[in-house]
Amino acid sequence: MGKLFAVVVTVIALVSAAIFAFHVWWLPPDISTHGVRIDRQMNETMVVAGALFVLGQLALAGFVWRFSAGERGAPRPVKSFPGGPTPLVVLATVLVGIEILVLTFVGSKVWADVYQTPPAPGALQIEVLGEQFAFYFRYAGADGKFGAMHPEMMNDATENFFGLDPANDTTARDDIVVGSLVIPINQPVVLEMHAKDVNHSFYVPELRIQQDFVPGLVIPLHFTATTPGKYELVCTQLCGLGHYNMRAFVEVKTQPDFAQWLKEKAAAL
Amino acid sequence: MTHGVATSHAPPRPQSFLRRHVFSVDHKVIGRQYLDLALVAVVTGMVLSWIMRFHLGWPETPVPGLGKLAPTGAAGGVITPEYYLALMTMHGTIMVFFVLTTAPFAGFGNFFLPIHVGAEDMAFPRINMMSFWVTLVAFLVLLSAFFVGDGPPLSGWTAYAPLSAVGKDAGPGQGVGQTLWAISIAIFCVAQLLGSLNFIATTLDLRTRGMSLARLPFATWAWFITSVIGLVAFAVLMPACILLILDRVAGTSFFIPAGLVISDRLQPHAGGSPLLWQHLFWFFGHPEVYIAILPGFGIVSQILPVFARKPLLGPRVFITCLIAIAFLSYTVWGHHMFLSGMNPLSATLFSVPTLVITIPATIITLLWIGTLYGARLRFTSASLFALGFVSVFVSGGISGFFLAQPSTDIYLHGTYFVVAHFHFVMGVAAMFGIFAGTYFWFPKMFGRMMNETLGRWHFWLTFIGVYCVFMPMHYLGLAGNVRRYSAFTDEYLQPLIPLHRFITIAALFTGAVQLIFLFNLIRSRLRGPKAPDNPWEATTLEWSTSSPPPHDNFGGRQPVVSHGPNEYGNAGPRDYVMQADPQ
Repeated sequence: MGKLFAVVVTVIALVSAAIFAFHVWWLPPDISTHGVRIDRQMNETMVVAGALFVLGQLALAGFVWRFSAGERGAPRPVKSFPGGPTPLVVLATVLVGIEILVLTFVGSKVWADVYQTPPAPGALQIEVLGEQFAFYFRYAGADGKFGAMHPEMMNDATENFFGLDPANDTTARDDIVVGSLVIPINQPVVLEMHAKDVNHSFYVPELRIQQDFVPGLVIPLHFTATTPGKYELVCTQLCGLGHYNMRAFVEVKTQPDFAQWLKEKAAAL
Repeated sequence: MTHGVATSHAPPRPQSFLRRHVFSVDHKVIGRQYLDLALVAVVTGMVLSWIMRFHLGWPETPVPGLGKLAPTGAAGGVITPEYYLALMTMHGTIMVFFVLTTAPFAGFGNFFLPIHVGAEDMAFPRINMMSFWVTLVAFLVLLSAFFVGDGPPLSGWTAYAPLSAVGKDAGPGQGVGQTLWAISIAIFCVAQLLGSLNFIATTLDLRTRGMSLARLPFATWAWFITSVIGLVAFAVLMPACILLILDRVAGTSFFIPAGLVISDRLQPHAGGSPLLWQHLFWFFGHPEVYIAILPGFGIVSQILPVFARKPLLGPRVFITCLIAIAFLSYTVWGHHMFLSGMNPLSATLFSVPTLVITIPATIITLLWIGTLYGARLRFTSASLFALGFVSVFVSGGISGFFLAQPSTDIYLHGTYFVVAHFHFVMGVAAMFGIFAGTYFWFPKMFGRMMNETLGRWHFWLTFIGVYCVFMPMHYLGLAGNVRRYSAFTDEYLQPLIPLHRFITIAALFTGAVQLIFLFNLIRSRLRGPKAPDNPWEATTLEWSTSSPPPHDNFGGRQPVVSHGPNEYGNAGPRDYVMQADPQ
């Protein structure tokens, strides 16, 4: 029975680890400037955690294999672990302690670069509205100013998603509101995230970015995309019955294509 | 030790059937009632997860019979997106509160903690009875949400505001169903607070002669520390639920800010904070993980030495680590909120204790593995599940490294990676603790042995099954598969559907395997062979009394304790010393 247990645990550990190690399922290619460091942190954690996982399971399997009572013969005396618990306490504290120090030291810099540093000056500012069950995006237009939002004027039927008041508010008149996030490559982008109703979240796996929308707060989020293409943006914060279907596209364009797109949208107003 | 000159706490054995078996103040009856409640709850919760898994694998195929049970949520047997979320909410709530808190802590704890300390009953037997009946009321209130107009709530077991706070504008189930949810959880908190107080008082005040704290069995140490955690955690969740109820029914705005437009209606609220709910909820929610798992630590630490035939390695280290985990468990709740919009600097600060808490957890795991060194391992259903516990706990604990770091959580938060992590570490591991405890203590509780052959089949199929269900969820998470989706409309999720089908088949299989356990449980209760007093050759006090124990636990005599719980592996024909053996 002990040998069976050991074999089963070993097989489970090795197969599970191999699927991780060979990237059978893995992150999609990164298209952001900061993502490379998140991926490196992910890989380093994977190596360390993977080693602990395999070692832990193999130690369990090995001891169970070796120290089964067996059916026949006189019972042999039990033995204590050499040195008692102290070596294990030291081992766990040193090993895990070093790992924590390294991961925290490197990882908190990665985190700080995305979430604790202000966006680069001249970043393209885009407002995002999360609502049940869609995302809307707003560009400031020619005047570079966003019109004020009036919740009482928000109306999906008239497509006034942001609650703008162009009749009285001149800055709102040239605001461009669209259903896809269109951004240029290699230019920092800063999103100002508003929630209309409940919590939502902004998740683009390829951009290595995720951030909740919180009602009552305007949350800034900045990043820079590097590769043109069309990517999916999905909601990851439970927001109601249509949560699974709350999605939009992120279109990353070259600088000239983006300028052209913006010009066409402004002309269409 | 002069502590605990026992006074009679067991009221005289009542004669009427109702007082003996239903409204009993006997901690053993109450412990069994908790376990029976948890059994009903776990079957309910598991059936809900089957329906969800079936839907995720084959979204268009009707679930047989479901159309009749839920005509609105699953007309024709195909569940709607909102019903999926309702099932998910109820699954999580039932499992976390009424299974993982109820069975290993309130169930086994009630039955064995008083016996472990050598007492005749709990310190407050009537309050103890009340805790159970209040828990049952909470459970019934929660289930009643299935039968109200819009059905159960859909905001998840975490009930994030404002989705949970604004009422029926937020969607189906967010009306009466969500209110019932909040009332149920508030009531549950009352029961847990009463229960925790009782556990603490009993452990501190009712220890028999010679039962010093150092001689407490490991399971009782774990229940004691779990009670201390619960006392603080549930004392925060209860007012949080009351504030939520007030937001919903009395027009207050604790969790709802101004200017929200929901279902085209400007909400009549101002001044509240959605993050306040998250802080209060997770201040409870993270310690809750330890409330679910620490009793498993205790049970495994008590069982492994019995079947290894040698003492647990480092008993004092083990208890120190339990205490360290209890303290640290209050400093880590913000790791659920890295991306919630709270100050990003605090993410770094919450990350550090979250990583540090892995040190005592790693030490405990190494103590278990070190205990196996040089052992004479006996394989029974109980010891197999205890060894399986170590394996699944390692698997679940390791993935915590990714989620404890804000930088990797950016990618993995809100994906199936999180689902895999918490199911392994607090779902599967805690369940393995419950199974180990059941196979170990069943003879004492019912006076009959369980069938070992069925028990081993149950172990092997469950052990392989849970790995097939939950290990692939890590892969889904790495591929960016978002959790809490009732269908996969996103293009990038299409290639993952075969993996979802594999998980579904494994989940249905593993679920079906549990029928072996259920059959064994019922058959052994009625027809199992008579159990001797000490079938496993264990040391603690429950094995010094008859199986099942008499009404006052020790048949009118007060046990005197002269030994610790950990005296195994002696030379000679009897390789262990029982706690009640004379000096």
